Amino acid sequence: MSHISISDLGEIQQRSERAQALRHGQPGVGSQRMHLLICGGTGCQAAGSLAVMNALRAEIAKQGLEEEIAVVETGCNGFCALGPVMVTYPEGIFYVNLEESDVAELVESHCKNGEPVERLLYKDPSTKKRIPHMRDIPFFALQRLIALKNRSMLDAESIDEYIGRGGYQGMAKALKEMSPEDIVAEVKKSGLRGRGGAGFPTGLKWEFCQKAVGDTKYVLCNADEGDPGAFMDRSILEADPHSVVEGMVIAAKAIGSHHGYVYCRAEYPLAVHRLQLAIDQAKQYGLLGENILDTGFDFDLRIYQGAGAFVCGEETALMRSIEGKRGMPRPRPPFPAQAGLWNKPTILNNVETWANIAQIITNGGDWYASIGTEGSKGTKVFALTGHVNNIGLVEVPMGTPLRTIIYEIGEGIPKKHRKFKAVQLGGPSGGCIPEEHLDTLCDYEDIAKAGAIMGSGGMIVMDDSTCMVDMARFFMEFVQDESCGKCTPCREGTRRMLQILEKITEGKGVPEDIDTLEELAEMIQQGSLCGLGQTGPNPVLSTLRYFRDEYMAHVVDKKCPARSCVALLEFKVDVDKCKQCGLCFKNCPVDAISWKKKEPASIDLDKCIKCKTCLDNCKYDAIY
Amino acid sequence: MSLAHDLTPVSMPEDVTPEMLAGIDEICAANRGKPGALIPVLQKCQELVGYLPVPVQEHIADKLGVPGQEVFGVTTFYSFFSMKPRGRHTIRVCMGTACYVRGGKEVLERLERHLNIPVDTTTEDRRFTLEQVRCLGACGVAPVVVADQDTHRKVMADKIVDLVESYE
Repeated sequence: MSHISISDLGEIQQRSERAQALRHGQPGVGSQRMHLLICGGTGCQAAGSLAVMNALRAEIAKQGLEEEIAVVETGCNGFCALGPVMVTYPEGIFYVNLEESDVAELVESHCKNGEPVERLLYKDPSTKKRIPHMRDIPFFALQRLIALKNRSMLDAESIDEYIGRGGYQGMAKALKEMSPEDIVAEVKKSGLRGRGGAGFPTGLKWEFCQKAVGDTKYVLCNADEGDPGAFMDRSILEADPHSVVEGMVIAAKAIGSHHGYVYCRAEYPLAVHRLQLAIDQAKQYGLLGENILDTGFDFDLRIYQGAGAFVCGEETALMRSIEGKRGMPRPRPPFPAQAGLWNKPTILNNVETWANIAQIITNGGDWYASIGTEGSKGTKVFALTGHVNNIGLVEVPMGTPLRTIIYEIGEGIPKKHRKFKAVQLGGPSGGCIPEEHLDTLCDYEDIAKAGAIMGSGGMIVMDDSTCMVDMARFFMEFVQDESCGKCTPCREGTRRMLQILEKITEGKGVPEDIDTLEELAEMIQQGSLCGLGQTGPNPVLSTLRYFRDEYMAHVVDKKCPARSCVALLEFKVDVDKCKQCGLCFKNCPVDAISWKKKEPASIDLDKCIKCKTCLDNCKYDAIY
Repeated sequence: MSLAHDLTPVSMPEDVTPEMLAGIDEICAANRGKPGALIPVLQKCQELVGYLPVPVQEHIADKLGVPGQEVFGVTTFYSFFSMKPRGRHTIRVCMGTACYVRGGKEVLERLERHLNIPVDTTTEDRRFTLEQVRCLGACGVAPVVVADQDTHRKVMADKIVDLVESYE
C-alpha cells in the first residue's frame, strides 16, 4: 500500500465503517450477520483466550459459517478478572470465563439458533442474576469512554479498523487546517491535564515547548507504567495503539518536532508488539514518516524499551535512560520543554494523555471541557483492583464520587464477612482514603484534600483483612528499592523509614518510632530531588493520619488488628468464636490442625508454618 | 539499585562460548558510535548469553569504545540486567499492590520455602531463577506469576508448588 492522501483516508474510513456496521447494530456487509469480538489482552491471554479464539474459528469453519460470522481478536477489554471475555455483535451480548470446551455449544446455540448460552453470561455478584447485554452490566453502564473509546470495538492490529472508527481524522485536521498555535489553543481550551499523575496542564506544557528555540525538538510518550496496581497504559497500547501514535503526530506539528520516542516497559511485550505493528502500518500508509498525508510534514516515531527502573517514569530520568545512561533525575529548571532529551526542547506525556488528544482536536476543546469539574476536565481511567467484586479498568467523568466507583461500578466487597477499610489511590506516591471520605470526588483537588493523589489512576480497594501498617511498609519497601540513590534524603531516609516499619510489623516497635517516622517523612519530602522521594512518604503519612490507632496497637499492645502481621499472631483458636466448620483443618497445607465434627479446631504449633491459610479460610475470625 | 558486587578480576566464564562473543562483536559493531545505543546493546547481548558477567561487560565496553564503568553503571542500575547465571526457567512473582493484597506475598514465601532459595537467586541445579517483579499490569487477575513466557493468573499459595514443578 502506498502513501495515502486525505481523500483516500476518507474512502478507507467509509469502507471500514461499513465493514464494522454490525457492531453498531446495523446490517452487515454481504452475507455477514455476526461479529464475535474476543479479548486478546494480556489478562485474557493468560486465561487462554487465544485457544478459545482458535477453537471458535475452527468450529465456525467446520459448520460452514465463515461467510456469515467473523471472529475478531481485540485488545484489552478492561474487565480482565472475568477473562477470557467476548462480545457478540449486533446484539452486544457479553460472555465471560470462556473455555475451549464451551465453543461447540456456543456456536450451536448462539450462532446457529440465536439462543445465548445462559451459563456463560455475566452474573451480577449482588443479585446473582445473569445480565446478557454489555450495556446493562453496571460495570460498563456507568462509564464514559474517551481514552478507552475503542475498547472491545476493534481489531487492535488493523489500521483500517481504527480509521473506520474515525481514526487519523484529528491528525488530518491538525496537519491540514490548523496552525501550531491553533493546536495548542485547542488543547489549552480542553483543560486536559497530565494523566501520568502530576496533572500539569498539557496545553501549557506544549506552549512552553512551542516557544522554545531550536531546530531539533522531541515528542516523547511515557509508557513506563511502573505504578503497582495501574494498567491503563498497557491496556490502551494493546487495544488502541494508533490513538497514541495519532496524538503524538498532532503534538509534533504543534511544537515543530520531527522525532519521537515511546519509552515502553520491557515487561509489556504484547503492548510493544502491537505498538510496533501500529507504527509499521502507519508508515506504510504514509501517516508517519516523510510528507505525511502530502502536507510536507515529517515525523518519525520509534519505540525505546526500558530496562526496568521505576524512577524512569520521572521525566528527566526517562530522558537520561533514552540517552543510554543510568536513569537518574536531574534538578529542574531547566525544564524539558527548554532542555530535555539530548538537551533539546522536549515534551513528554503519558499514554492516557496521548489517547485523548486526537478526539480533542476532532471534537474541539469545548466538547472535552464540558465533561468533568471546574479544575479537572474530561474523564479519567482508573484501574479498580483489590478486594472488590468487579475488577478492571473504569473510565469515568472527573468528579465521580469514589463511592460510586467502588460500590456501583465495582459492586462492593466480595467476601460477605469482610468490611471495607480503605482505598489506596496514586500508588507509592499516593495515600489511603478511609470509609468516612468515600464521598470524595475523583478530581485532582478533591483527592489531594483527602490526603491522596490522583496519580496514574491505580485504585486498590482493601477490606479489613489488610493491615495498614503492613501496607505502608509495602510501599516504603517499593520506594526504597526503586530509589535511584542520587540524593541522600531519598536513598538513606527511605531505608531508615523501612527499617522502622519492619520493626513495627515484627512487633518490636516502640511508641517513639511513630514520631521518628513523621520526622523522617517531612525531611524526605522537603529534601529529595525528584517526585519519587518527595512523594515517597505519602503512604506512611496518610495511614498515620487515618489509621493511627492501628499503629498504636502494633507498638503498644503488640497486636495486629487485621490479623495480618505474622509475628503478632499466636495461631490459636478462640473456642468461643469457632463454629466447628472444619475449613481451617481442610485447607492447612501441613496438617497442623486437628478437628472433628462438632468440636472446635486446635493448632499444633510445632507443625504450623504460619502461612495464614487457616486465617484466610476462617469466616468467624476465630484464629488469632 | 542494590548491593555491592564482588569485583575480583575474573576470566571469561566457561559458559560464554566463542560463538556468543562473535555475536556480541556483531551487535557492538552495528551500534558503535550511535548515541543512546548502550541499553539496547546490553539487552541484545543478555538475550544471547543469558546474563552479563563482568568480563562480558568489559568485552562490550571494549567493542563499543565506551568506558567500562559506564557499562557497569548501566548494568547495575536496571533490574532487567543480571550479572549472575540464570536458571533454565525464570519464575517471576508479581508483587504489585493488587497482587500483594490478594496473596502475592504468601505465594512468594511458599516458593522460597519450596525451592529453598531466597528471592532473586537461582537454584543450585540451575533449574529455577526466582524473581519478584513490581507490577506486570495484569492486576485484574491477581495474584500473577510468570513462568518463562507463560502468565499464570489467580495463583494462590496452595497451587504454586504444583505449578512450578510442571517446569522441568
